[in-house]
Amino acid sequence: MNVGRRVRVPAPLALPAVAAAVIALIPAFYLATQAFARGAGNVWDEIFQSRTWDLIVRSTWLTAVVTAASIVVGTVGAWVTTRVALPGRAVLLVLFALPLAIPSYLSAFAWISWQPGLEGFWGAVIVLTCACYPYVMLPVAAALRGLDSTQEDVARSLGRTQRQVMWGLVLPQVRPSITAGGLLVALYVLSDFGAVAAMRYETFTWVIYGAYRAGFNPSRAAILSLVLVAAALILVTLESRARGRAGAVRIGSGVGRNRRNTASPRAVVGAVVASLSIIGVGLGVPVVSVISWLGRETQRSVPWADVRGAILDSFLIGLLTAIATILVALPVGIAASRYRSRFSSAVERSTYVTHALPGIVIAISVVYAGIRLLRPWYQKLPLLVLGQLLIFLPLAVAAIRNSIEQSSARIEEAAKSLGAGTMATIRRVTVPLALPGIGAAAALTMLNAMKELPTTLLLRPTGWETLATSIWKYSTVSDYSAVGPYALTLMIVTAVPTAIVTSLTVLRVSRPSSAGRQG
Amino acid sequence: MKCPRIVRFAGLAMAGSLLVVACGNDNAEPSAQTTKPTAGATITVYSGRSEKLIAPVLADFTAKTGIEVDLRAGDSGEMAALLVTEGDASPADLFFSQDAGALGAVESAELLATLPQETLDMVDPAYRSQDGRWVATSGRMRVLVYNPGLTSEADLPASVDDLLDAKWKGRIGFAPTNASWQSFVTALRVLRGEDAARAWLEGFAANDPIAYEKNGVVRDAVNSGEVAVGLVNHYYLYEKILAEGQDAVKAKNHYFRNGDPGSLVNVAGVGILRSSKNVAAAQALVDYLLSKDGQTYFAEKIFEYPVASGVAQYDELPSLADIAPPSIDLSDLSSIEATQELLSDVGLLTK
Repeated sequence: MNVGRRVRVPAPLALPAVAAAVIALIPAFYLATQAFARGAGNVWDEIFQSRTWDLIVRSTWLTAVVTAASIVVGTVGAWVTTRVALPGRAVLLVLFALPLAIPSYLSAFAWISWQPGLEGFWGAVIVLTCACYPYVMLPVAAALRGLDSTQEDVARSLGRTQRQVMWGLVLPQVRPSITAGGLLVALYVLSDFGAVAAMRYETFTWVIYGAYRAGFNPSRAAILSLVLVAAALILVTLESRARGRAGAVRIGSGVGRNRRNTASPRAVVGAVVASLSIIGVGLGVPVVSVISWLGRETQRSVPWADVRGAILDSFLIGLLTAIATILVALPVGIAASRYRSRFSSAVERSTYVTHALPGIVIAISVVYAGIRLLRPWYQKLPLLVLGQLLIFLPLAVAAIRNSIEQSSARIEEAAKSLGAGTMATIRRVTVPLALPGIGAAAALTMLNAMKELPTTLLLRPTGWETLATSIWKYSTVSDYSAVGPYALTLMIVTAVPTAIVTSLTVLRVSRPSSAGRQG
Repeated sequence: MKCPRIVRFAGLAMAGSLLVVACGNDNAEPSAQTTKPTAGATITVYSGRSEKLIAPVLADFTAKTGIEVDLRAGDSGEMAALLVTEGDASPADLFFSQDAGALGAVESAELLATLPQETLDMVDPAYRSQDGRWVATSGRMRVLVYNPGLTSEADLPASVDDLLDAKWKGRIGFAPTNASWQSFVTALRVLRGEDAARAWLEGFAANDPIAYEKNGVVRDAVNSGEVAVGLVNHYYLYEKILAEGQDAVKAKNHYFRNGDPGSLVNVAGVGILRSSKNVAAAQALVDYLLSKDGQTYFAEKIFEYPVASGVAQYDELPSLADIAPPSIDLSDLSSIEATQELLSDVGLLTK
C-alpha cells in the first residue's frame, strides 16, 4: 500500500499538527517582530559585528565537538547495553541514562569545584557531552535491540567479519536514530548557557544573556537570537538530509529469537572499561560533589518542609508540562512517522527550532505574548507550562516518532485492509503502538521540566519554589551547604522518570515477531 | 484535566500574537496617583537582590505596616528586561535592583514614576537618579581582601595601579564574571578613558591573576592562603566572620583611598513602577527601606553602607568620608556590555 511512499496527512491529524507548529513558532514570531521593530538596518548592524562572527565560530566548534562526542559515547553505550553479555544490562542502561537527571549548570559547577583547571573549552565539552549523550544512546539502543538479527547471521555465514557486519550492516540501519539524537544534542548545545557560563567558555549565548543582563536590551537579544533560529533551521535541514528515507518505516518484523551475544572476551573487557568511564564521568563526579556539599556543614538541619514543598511544586509543573506536551506532540509524531510528506516534515521541523534558543529568550517571548493576550493567566501555571512545552516539544516529538518507527507498519495495513478507516486505524492501532513512546516522551518532558531553571524563574506563579529555583536561590549567595539537599533531591526525584524513559524507550522494544509482545 | 484547554489557549495565543503584531499595544495610561488605604494591601516586588538577603527586611515591613509583599526574585538585568517587555501591563509595583544600571534601564524605558522630593532628599544626590525616579537603599564598596600571613600591611597597594607591580604576579584573585568587578572596570573606563582602562587591564592580565567563580570563592582562597590578595566587595569578609566566627577568619579588608577607582561605591536601589495601582503601599515600602529600621538592617545584618536616616555603618567599617571613594555618576556605569567586550578582548573574561 502506501507504506514508504509520500502520502497525504488526513485532515483530523493535519489540523492539530499545524496547530502544534504554530504554537512551537511563538518565540520565532516574537523574535522577528522585536528584531525588526526598528528596521532591518538595525538588525544587520547588530549581527554584522566582528565579535558576533567570532562567537558563531566558537559556538559552531563546540556544537560540532559535543555532538560528535555524544554520538560516540551514546553509540558505545547503546552497543554495550544491547550487544555485550554483561550481567545486569538493564541496570547498566539506566545508570548510563541517569546523567539526564542532572542539570548541566549543576554538573558544570560540580566539575569546576573539583577541578578548577578544567575551565574552558574541554570542560564545557565534558559537561555538555555527559548531559547530552543519552539523547543518542536511548534511540540507538532501541534500534539495535529491534534489529532483525537473522540479517547479521546471514552476513556472517557469507564470510563477513564481525567488524564488517558492524560497519556495513548494523550502523547503516541505526543511522537514522544516530542523526535524530545528534540533532537534539546539537540544538541543546547551541541553546546552553548554564554550562558554558560556569566553564567560562564564551559562546553565542553569552552575548544574548549579556544583552539582557548587562545591556537591559530585549530587542538586541531578539536580534541575536535570530542567528540561533537560522542555525537551527540549517541543522534541521542537514539532519533530514542525513537521515535519508531509508529505514524510516519498518515493514517486516523479522524473527523473534534470542540473539547470540557475539562479543569476544576482549570486547567484554572494553565494554566494562567504557561503562565504568561513562558512569564515573557522567554520574560519579556530580553526585560525589553534591554529597560533599551536604557534608560541609553538619550542624545545620535540612529544612525538610521547604524541600517537600519544592518537590511538590516541581512535580506538579513537570506533570502538567508532560501532559500538555504529549497532546501537542502526538499528532506531529504520528504524521512524521506514518505520513511522510513535505508537509509533515515541515511541521516536524518547525517544532525543533525553539530548542536552539536559551530559556530566557523563550520566557521573554511567552511574557510578551502572555501579558498582552492571556493576561488572566499571566504568572500562573498555564503560561509556565506553555513556556516549558515550547522548549521540550522536540524531545517529545522525537520520542514518539522513534517509537512508532520501531513498530511494523504492516499492522496498520492489515487494519485498513480489514475495513478500518484512516482515523480509526490511527486511534486503534497507531496510538496503541506508540504508547511506549508516549510514555517515554511524557517522562522525558517531565524530568526536563523539573530541572528547568531560566523559564521557571521568570514565568512561575508568585511564591512557587521548585527544586531548581531553590538551587538557584542558594547558589547565588554561594550557600552550597543549603544547595546540597535540593540538588541531591532533584537528582533522586528525576531519576525515577529517567528510569521510566529508559525502560519504555529501550527495554520495551519488541524483539521482533508480533507487535505488542515484550522482548 | 486542564490539558485540552491548554492546547486551545496556546492556539489562541498564536492567533492573537499575530493580531498584536498588526495592531500594536494600546497605551492606556493608568492613573498612577490612585490612593488606597495601604494596610491589608499587597504589593508585587520584582527583585534583582536575592531573596535570602532581603526577605527579613520585607517581613519586618509587613509586620509593621500590614502590607503584604509578593516577591519575584531573579537577576537584576533579567528583571529589568522582564519589566521592559511587560511595559505598562506589568503586575509589578516596585523594582528592587542590585545595581543602578538596571534601574536606569527601566527609567529610560519610561516605566518609573517620579518619587516625592522628601524621599529623594533623604539620600545623597550621588546615590539617586537625576530625574528623581529611583533612590539607592544601600551601598557596597570594592576592596582588596588580603591574607596577613602572606603579605605585610606595609606592602599593601595604595592604588589599583600598584597591583600591576611584578611582586603581585600570580598572587591576586578576582571573579571575572562578577557584576561588581565588571562595574569596577566600567568605572575605570569612565574615569580614565578607554585607552588607559585597556592599558590597566593588559597590565593586570600580564600579572597572571587567578580567576575564581564568585567573590565568595575569592575571599575563601585568600583566607586559606591560596592567593595573597583578592578584589571583592567589602562585605564578603564580614559574612564569613558571621558564619564561621572571628577565629576562623584570618583575612582582612584593605581599602583604597583618595578617589582611587579601586574603592568604587555601587548601590542597590528601588523605583516605583508608573503603572502601579498600589502607589501608596509601594511608597510605604520605599520609606521603610530608607527609615532608621530599614537602614539599620542593611548596616548591621548584611554589612552594607547605609545611605539615609543618619544610620552609621557597621563598626568595623571605615566611613565613606574617610575613604573618599571616586566620584562618579552611577548612570555612567550602564555600559557593561562594552566592558564585557573589552574584558573578553584582553583575555580576562573567558578561557
